[in-house]
Amino acid sequence: MAEPLIRIEGVCKRFGDFAAVDNVDLAIEEGEFFALLGPSGCGKTTLLRMLAGLEVPTEGRILIDGKDMEGIPPNKRPVNMVFQSYAVFPHMTVEQNVGYGLRIDGVAKDERAQRVQEALGLVKLDGFEKRKPDQLSGGQRQRVALARALVKRPRVLLLDEPLSALDAKLREAMRSELAIIQDKVGVTFVMVTHDQDEALAMACRCGVMNKGVLQQVATPSDLYEYPANRFVADFIGSVNLFEGKLVIDETSQALIEADGARVWVDHGVTGATGGTVWAALRPEKIELSHREEGGHRPPVAAGTPEGANMLAGTVRHYSYLGSETVYEIEAAGGRMIKVLRSNVRRYEDRGFDYDQPVWLSWSPQSPAVLLS
Amino acid sequence: MSTEQPWSRAKGPFAAVFTAPALWLLFFFLVPLAIIWAYSFGTTQGLTDIDINGTFSNYVRIADPVYIEVFVKSLWYAALTTFLCLVVGFPVALAITFSSDRQKVWLLLLIMLPFWTNLLVRTYALMAVLRTEGFVNDMLGWVGLGPWPLLHNNFAVVFGLVYVNLPFLVLPLYSALDRLDRSLLEASLDLGAGHIRTIFEVVVPLALPGILSGLLITFIPALGSYLTPDLLGGPDSQMIANVIERQFKRANDWPFGSALSFILMYLTFFAIAAQGLVAKRRKGLEQ
Amino acid sequence: MSKKAAPLDYLSRWPLRLWLVLVAIFLYAPLLTLMAFSFNDSRRNIVWQGFTLDWYGAVFQDSDLLTAFGNSLTIAAISTVVSLILGAMVAVACWRFRFPLKPAFEGALALPIVVPEICMGVAMLVFFSRVMPWPDDLPWPFSLGAIIIAHISFSFPFVAVIVRARLASFNRELEEAAKDLGASEWRAFMDVLVPHMKPALIAGALLAFTLSLDDFVITFFTAGPDTVTFPVKVYSMVRFSVTPEVNAASTLLIVVTVLLTAIGLKMQGKDVAKMEGGQ
Repeated sequence: MAEPLIRIEGVCKRFGDFAAVDNVDLAIEEGEFFALLGPSGCGKTTLLRMLAGLEVPTEGRILIDGKDMEGIPPNKRPVNMVFQSYAVFPHMTVEQNVGYGLRIDGVAKDERAQRVQEALGLVKLDGFEKRKPDQLSGGQRQRVALARALVKRPRVLLLDEPLSALDAKLREAMRSELAIIQDKVGVTFVMVTHDQDEALAMACRCGVMNKGVLQQVATPSDLYEYPANRFVADFIGSVNLFEGKLVIDETSQALIEADGARVWVDHGVTGATGGTVWAALRPEKIELSHREEGGHRPPVAAGTPEGANMLAGTVRHYSYLGSETVYEIEAAGGRMIKVLRSNVRRYEDRGFDYDQPVWLSWSPQSPAVLLS
Repeated sequence: MSTEQPWSRAKGPFAAVFTAPALWLLFFFLVPLAIIWAYSFGTTQGLTDIDINGTFSNYVRIADPVYIEVFVKSLWYAALTTFLCLVVGFPVALAITFSSDRQKVWLLLLIMLPFWTNLLVRTYALMAVLRTEGFVNDMLGWVGLGPWPLLHNNFAVVFGLVYVNLPFLVLPLYSALDRLDRSLLEASLDLGAGHIRTIFEVVVPLALPGILSGLLITFIPALGSYLTPDLLGGPDSQMIANVIERQFKRANDWPFGSALSFILMYLTFFAIAAQGLVAKRRKGLEQ
Repeated sequence: MSKKAAPLDYLSRWPLRLWLVLVAIFLYAPLLTLMAFSFNDSRRNIVWQGFTLDWYGAVFQDSDLLTAFGNSLTIAAISTVVSLILGAMVAVACWRFRFPLKPAFEGALALPIVVPEICMGVAMLVFFSRVMPWPDDLPWPFSLGAIIIAHISFSFPFVAVIVRARLASFNRELEEAAKDLGASEWRAFMDVLVPHMKPALIAGALLAFTLSLDDFVITFFTAGPDTVTFPVKVYSMVRFSVTPEVNAASTLLIVVTVLLTAIGLKMQGKDVAKMEGGQ
């Protein structure tokens, strides 16, 4: 396989006893839109800043284009950054801001003007050349920061929480626009964000970080459907976790005995050592049906062991969110389970009310079994 | 501020906090200043009486080359001192700004302590070090140089002024640099500029109002220095303040001394106004 | 070392470290030399002859110097208290109220800060010799009145600036809450505003005390022959000759300053920590 554009090998960053980034290995391919995702303080920004050369790793190596970046200052690296605060120079016009890096590089005046124009066109800021940053909105300032970084034609563009300072509507618009720009220029984007929607919507691949450790690197759908551990399952979207013991583990099926619930899946669990495991079940993958005295139980898949993949519960709370409704169901033993139902029809009676007895059921394909 | 209350709506509380300081300022500051201002338009009659007759003769006398020279020299020393303080102090302020919080406390203390120490003690300490038999000449002697006359000359005055005023510049410089958004510096580095380039293209333009006010805070006391030229200087090192002192304590020409004082004050105000103007001009850039 | 430093970590670059060391030597070498030679067993103050405390003994037997030292501390103490009260009052007045000619008043209040010392000194000299001659036969400490008045005049505007800056961060809702809970204007002032001002008051007191202790020029013009302060006394001694006795006296003053600064910073640090912890 060809050498990846960015290779991070065993990188650690320690501040005293605290490890902000802990032994991270990661490869990012040319042309990718890669997102580093995690809660605040997880080390994702530190990792990004180490790529830019603004922080120096305590241990490990960073290679860009096969070249070791150790000792190479930020101004000599083939990367450029869009800062979280945008860091647009307030004493320069839009034109001067965008042209700054080219002027530093000694690009001739004519070529500079032309490239600045192109970059401004790319981010749709034509006509704003002579404006000062304080005459721009937040979104426009961000475009300046983007143009300023892209005009240098970097090998990698680093984006630090690029959308966090924008309001909700603008954020959605910018998401698709950033993706379009990336497509146009073909530069590798590495983005840091704490917003999972943002990462899932924009990135080809995501790396999820927590407490300095890279938890999982995968495509957005794999992150959601095949989380590597409880942290990822819980951080991406919402999840119901069943903690229990593996009582059956064969190649084509496995059964988890959790406290008051049995979860059956139609595949074996690799790597299980007989300890505790967790079944992660997404709220939208649970069926909700009425439970009546002596009434029918909901249907289950063929071969389901007795009492598995089904729970009796009572509706304790629900939140109507327009496109969907989130129910909070109390199952036996006080376990609270979240269930999500799409509101498909306008006139449909919600059908489930406070304190109503209900059945919860799911298919054996729905739960993900986690070992840690 | 919109939360300010009109005084007439709370006359009691307003009078309670306003009257005493306002009267103090009037009687024990503005009135004394007004008197010497009036004196500056008067002439000495006999030994002690002063006739305030609206004459401009005191101001005309200042145009004498002897006094012009003193003013020019004072301005030059003050400017040179300020410049040297900037050269010495800027790297210090830069290092403090980007140090860790722990280091910051100690470094600021390092700069502050001499600042809190008595001016006379500091000047005296310098005298002891710079004397012909002093510490510095001893050291020079070991390496086979000197002894050089380091005290009671113009060199000693400027050296002393820098010594005394350096903290005045470092502290405002530090606070100006500390207000800068770090990511602006990082953006400049990221876009390919080196450290020196970043300092001149980004740090200096953005911190300029703060730098200018730091320069002003150093320039004003340096211009009005009395003790440093008096103790460290030679016969030709007199600055304005020394001439003023002589008029009041020895020559007993109060009106002329008053006129000199006011010229010094006008120069000070002019410097403040100039700085204010530049700061205002640049205000739009700082947001 | 510098290889592992982040680009903006200027302090870990050796040229800057060297520069800092040189500046520290520049600032401290004269003071340390002065202190060292106060223990030197030689009148000539040049070559180290051996350790002695004789000069401190001489200082404590020099009644003029001791009187001057006592005068300085008394003046500084009284001037600090009055400056603190006046400064806090005027800061509250300017922060709280809108009144006619306010910009002019604020400008006048800033004057004592910017006017050259020498100008203020001669103005005080004229004032206390022509307008309000200070009687020289008053008992101590009233004999120091002229100097104290002059010191308050240049100190309280500094206190006002510090307190005003602190007031800018005051949340008016706290005061409204106090009143809503039944406090009178005065009680709200004492219970809410004064505690908020406390760090600024400590900083202001520290500054006023040091300014007063430090002042030579203005005192030089206001002091009579019987009201000599420490700096004025040292000045006359220095003019006369450089003796180890002056070194000893100066060392004592430096120690006092360092102690005061340490106490002040400690109090301030604690107080700020407490305020921040309470928020």
